[in-house]
Amino acid sequence: MTAMASAAGRPRVRRWLRKAGFWLSVIVIISPAVLVFLWMLSLSLKNEIDNLAYPPVFIPNPPTFGNFLQVFEQNSIGRYLWNSIVVSGGATLVALLIGVPAGFGIARVGARRLTVLILIARMTPALSYLIPLFAVFQFLQLNNTLTALVITHLVITVPIVVYVMAGYFETLPRELEEAALIDGGSVWSTFRYVALPLARPGIVVGTILAFIFSWNNFVFGAVLAGRETRTLPVAVYNVLTFEQLAWGPLAAAAIIVTLPVLLLTIVIQKEIVVGLTHGGVKGG
Amino acid sequence: MPGLVAAPARGARFLARRRRAYYWFIVPALVVVGAVIVFPWLFTLWMSAFDWTIGSAAHFVGFGNYAKLATNQRFLEAILHTFYFTALAVAAPLVLGTLAALIFHRDFPFRGVLRGVFVMPMMATPVAVALVWTMMFHPQQGVLNYLLSLVGLPPSLWVYSPTLVIPSLVLVEVWHWTPLVMLIVLGGLAALPTEPYESARLDGASEWQLFRFITLPLVAPFIVVAAVIRTIDALKTFDTIYVITGGGPGTASETINLYLYLQAFAFYNIGTASAVVVVFFVIVLALALLLLHVREKTKWS
Repeated sequence: MTAMASAAGRPRVRRWLRKAGFWLSVIVIISPAVLVFLWMLSLSLKNEIDNLAYPPVFIPNPPTFGNFLQVFEQNSIGRYLWNSIVVSGGATLVALLIGVPAGFGIARVGARRLTVLILIARMTPALSYLIPLFAVFQFLQLNNTLTALVITHLVITVPIVVYVMAGYFETLPRELEEAALIDGGSVWSTFRYVALPLARPGIVVGTILAFIFSWNNFVFGAVLAGRETRTLPVAVYNVLTFEQLAWGPLAAAAIIVTLPVLLLTIVIQKEIVVGLTHGGVKGG
Repeated sequence: MPGLVAAPARGARFLARRRRAYYWFIVPALVVVGAVIVFPWLFTLWMSAFDWTIGSAAHFVGFGNYAKLATNQRFLEAILHTFYFTALAVAAPLVLGTLAALIFHRDFPFRGVLRGVFVMPMMATPVAVALVWTMMFHPQQGVLNYLLSLVGLPPSLWVYSPTLVIPSLVLVEVWHWTPLVMLIVLGGLAALPTEPYESARLDGASEWQLFRFITLPLVAPFIVVAAVIRTIDALKTFDTIYVITGGGPGTASETINLYLYLQAFAFYNIGTASAVVVVFFVIVLALALLLLHVREKTKWS
């Protein structure tokens, strides 16, 4: 009787062990991501004494928003936030205006060779664009302006939008466009009234990816921006690391920079999985 | 009769005109790409033949800048640092990313959410993350040394040690970019056929054999694509190294990109910096082509 029970129980135990092992591996593989972000949060919500304590204090008790208040009060973080929005927003908008039609054109004439240009652009280190553009902006007296930053950020946003849109338009069925053309519509009007409305999901993904990689860019702003035109990542690095070495405010600032991006990532999580799987679009 | 012959001809001309209309959609983007991407390439190539420091006159030196670089100890060391960093920052994410892809390929509750969490480091702002890692690496108050002490290991100097600085920086890079490898390999796994597995299972193959002899060869091309992308990105790494060590201690973590930054925007040696860019680009291109060649081979076997 007992022998029978254990014989029936063993496979169940083994299945249970396998399941536990699998979940353990899931936990192991996602814990680095979770732990670093949690530690970032923990640092930002603790006072300086707790942040420098050894052994470290893990859970803020009580949590304080002092670091965030300090970041907003003592630095013109609002201005830098606005600069980042203008630069990334502007560069993404321009990229959409020229990149969406370009993606359409490339998909319809089958000029995939043009995307090789984008591949080479991706291989070039971002710094190498900066030297000539820096010299040109110096000549045009555009250094230290947001305009110069918007123009350089096109290096990031245009390839992403063109790449995503060319891929997206290729997947759209062409029958509707053909029908519109046969009815006497121009190529432009079929683009505007047939293809464009269908491409909305692709446009959303292209916009968010271009915005994220522009937002994350550090080196363009580090070189080209002046005191007043710094983008958020540059400001966080320059202002906070030199003027105050406190960890709490630094972690709070790091969260302010990266939170918008993480929220956008959650919005298009599924599309990123599909989009990046096929292209590996990444700027900078 | 003439009408019938003329119709296809007119059709062809009509199609050609329509094709031309599509090209007009590409022109604005080409103009912008020409201005902000192609122009800098050509300008850099041109400037690399000049001895020019901003604020002084430029004069032509031909291949002089390249000749100087070839004997510049610091630059040659920067190349070695770059290769060392790249080798580690490609290999580790490839292994871990492939493992992660195998896990996320299975069906389990909350898979979508957990995959989203796993992908997050890839999208996080590198500078912000680098600052947090700087605090974690701190030898006295850093949380990493505390974690080491928990498992009974002695504290480490991390990025403050000339020998450990590059592996420590690679740790950050692995954290950042393993998700990208995972996504690419996951795409490969999703496209796998199911028949070979069924017949192999009937033949009594073990899980490991299934992976080793069916899964791995079939996703190999995707792993190579991930390797190409990872190599390009690892060679170009800047933000992480610049923020955490600035190339230090001494010049122990100075990669080509860091050296380039100093030449261009600390010393304003535009000529030298341009030559560095050209050498750098040749290295990136050569490695990418080499890996693509490997890819062709994996396709054949």
